[in-house]
Amino acid sequence: MADVSALRRSTLLRSLLIAVVAALVLFGISELVGEYRNSQLASVALNFCAIAGLTVLIGRSGQVSLGHGAFLFVGGYTVALMLKHHTFPNSPTTNKLFILALLVAVAVSAAVGALAGLAAARLRGPYLAGVTLALALGLPELPTYSHLSGWLGGHTGLVVNIPNSLDNVDFARWQAWICCACAVITLFLLYNLIHSRVGRAFEAVRDDEVAASLAGLSVARVQVLAFVVSAAAAGLAGGLYALTAGQVDPLSFPLTLSLDLLAASVIGGLGTLSGAAYGAVLITFLPSWAQDVSGLSATSKVGANLPTTIFGLALVVSMLLLPNGIQGLLSSITRRLRNGAAPMHRTAFGISSRAGNLHDREDT
Amino acid sequence: MNFLNDVIYGAANGFIYAAVALALVLIWRSTRIVNFAQGGMVMVTTFVAWDLVVEHNQSYWVGLVVAMLAGLVLGGAVERILIRPVENGPPLNPVIVALGLLLVLEGGAGMIWGNNNNTFPAQFSLVYYHAGHQVILFNSDLLFVVISVVVIALLLYLLFQRTPIGLRMRAAAFNPEVARLLGVPVSRLLTLGWALAAVVGAVAGVLIAGIPGNYVSPNGFDGLLILGFTAAVIGGLDSPIGAVVGGLLLGIVLQVLDGYVSNDIDSMFVLLLLLAVLMVRPNGLFTRHQERRV
Repeated sequence: MADVSALRRSTLLRSLLIAVVAALVLFGISELVGEYRNSQLASVALNFCAIAGLTVLIGRSGQVSLGHGAFLFVGGYTVALMLKHHTFPNSPTTNKLFILALLVAVAVSAAVGALAGLAAARLRGPYLAGVTLALALGLPELPTYSHLSGWLGGHTGLVVNIPNSLDNVDFARWQAWICCACAVITLFLLYNLIHSRVGRAFEAVRDDEVAASLAGLSVARVQVLAFVVSAAAAGLAGGLYALTAGQVDPLSFPLTLSLDLLAASVIGGLGTLSGAAYGAVLITFLPSWAQDVSGLSATSKVGANLPTTIFGLALVVSMLLLPNGIQGLLSSITRRLRNGAAPMHRTAFGISSRAGNLHDREDT
Repeated sequence: MNFLNDVIYGAANGFIYAAVALALVLIWRSTRIVNFAQGGMVMVTTFVAWDLVVEHNQSYWVGLVVAMLAGLVLGGAVERILIRPVENGPPLNPVIVALGLLLVLEGGAGMIWGNNNNTFPAQFSLVYYHAGHQVILFNSDLLFVVISVVVIALLLYLLFQRTPIGLRMRAAAFNPEVARLLGVPVSRLLTLGWALAAVVGAVAGVLIAGIPGNYVSPNGFDGLLILGFTAAVIGGLDSPIGAVVGGLLLGIVLQVLDGYVSNDIDSMFVLLLLLAVLMVRPNGLFTRHQERRV
């Protein structure tokens, strides 16, 4: 099994394989399902970008952000501003401006992330949490500022000109492809990042700042870098949101969005990209599942608030009983299956950290 | 005169931020946790008061007292059921549990009372005072706000400095291990601390809801948490007096900025203020420097 051991050794090969498989699976799904499911697929993909970035920040670098919605806001508005005066001509294959807009969105939110990271590198624990919470409330208010509202559209927001689809592809599928392509690229890059020197530096700083700096790492630089990476991923998600929703306004990025992203990364399993994928599926489908199961319409008082409530409950329960999230649960189940009749205490090992460290998880 | 009015009106609002900050400080001192669900808890107790006063035509005082009782129960229950299991874990865990609770409270309140912006009537006159022909941005309702918060602060001071139970609470916060050895029922006192904080928050919620421009709605108190947090951080999270000073400063600065720059971007100002304070003193203005543990 020479090829398997090569996979084991080379992160690049492994990540390429994962990316190709993910791309094929996503492509297959989008070919099989209809318009509505394709728009949901687009949501899953863009949520994955945001949650993957957040989970790397919290789970790997040990810095918390309660305000990642702010970076989605930056990305979304950047794309909207770039496409504001641009109408897409009928021959879409010649027009790649939206790709440029997405790249700029990533760059701008990475820059904002660098600023936030510079502040974050000086702050710890509740102070950092509070500042990022204030960021999530404060930043989306900018468009309503009277001197900026002309440029940023005020309360009504901005309409985004969405690029035409390819000639023989229907529109929702085209959008799903754009989002999935970005998600696969994000997966590929982040996977390589967390298995590289940089990723190990993140973890070293997370586990013990003093030891990390004694080992020659610049703690502040590592922390800022983590924020930049995470904000870039969130900015990409925001840009994709603008492209798929066709409109951005201050209310598109409420505090609940930031909290939902955090909840998704915790419930999925902090620090793991597969956990981010579970979280993205959950955050996208929960509202419609909640409706289907309860039989309540989304306009009734209870129905409208059911997803938020379930999400909050799931977050609390997962924190109390399942601190390693869905990913932790699955890996402990597979370990149990692999070990067969191994004694209980060995399989319970993964769960024994329940009262303990959120950061204490294995790389699987 | 404009400036003076801004200071007066801002300080009156600042008293409410001070009350929220006091609630946060109470919990921080005893458990080293910032209660990020405070805004949600304030929202629920204020909705309880709103339900009684507006929907069921009860008197303002009934609403206020029931809201305080609801806060007492809610605060105690939250500490016992949700916070206790994560109290001694890594510091991120209680933050996440509190945020989960916030989502549950916001969703739950929306289920019961809907997601509209509801107005809450002020109990006292909203007509501004006059000095000769000059309007002063102060009225009986704001006077009531100031008096209430001052009374709360004094009661808390007396409780902590002059009563045996306050002494025990301080001992439990200062060194839980030793306090327990000396017979102090530490865990019960932590619950009491959370309950008291929620009562203070309940009063703050009813007070701010009565000020025109504020609404009772499921996410209507998110901003109040950040205001209280900022006030507490200016004061240094550890100092009750700092919390009051921080609240007043914050109220005044925000009101002045509103007048001179814009009143559209209050949350942005709060963010910048919070950052400015923390960049100068990462642990708040009033705390002594604490070494990070190795």
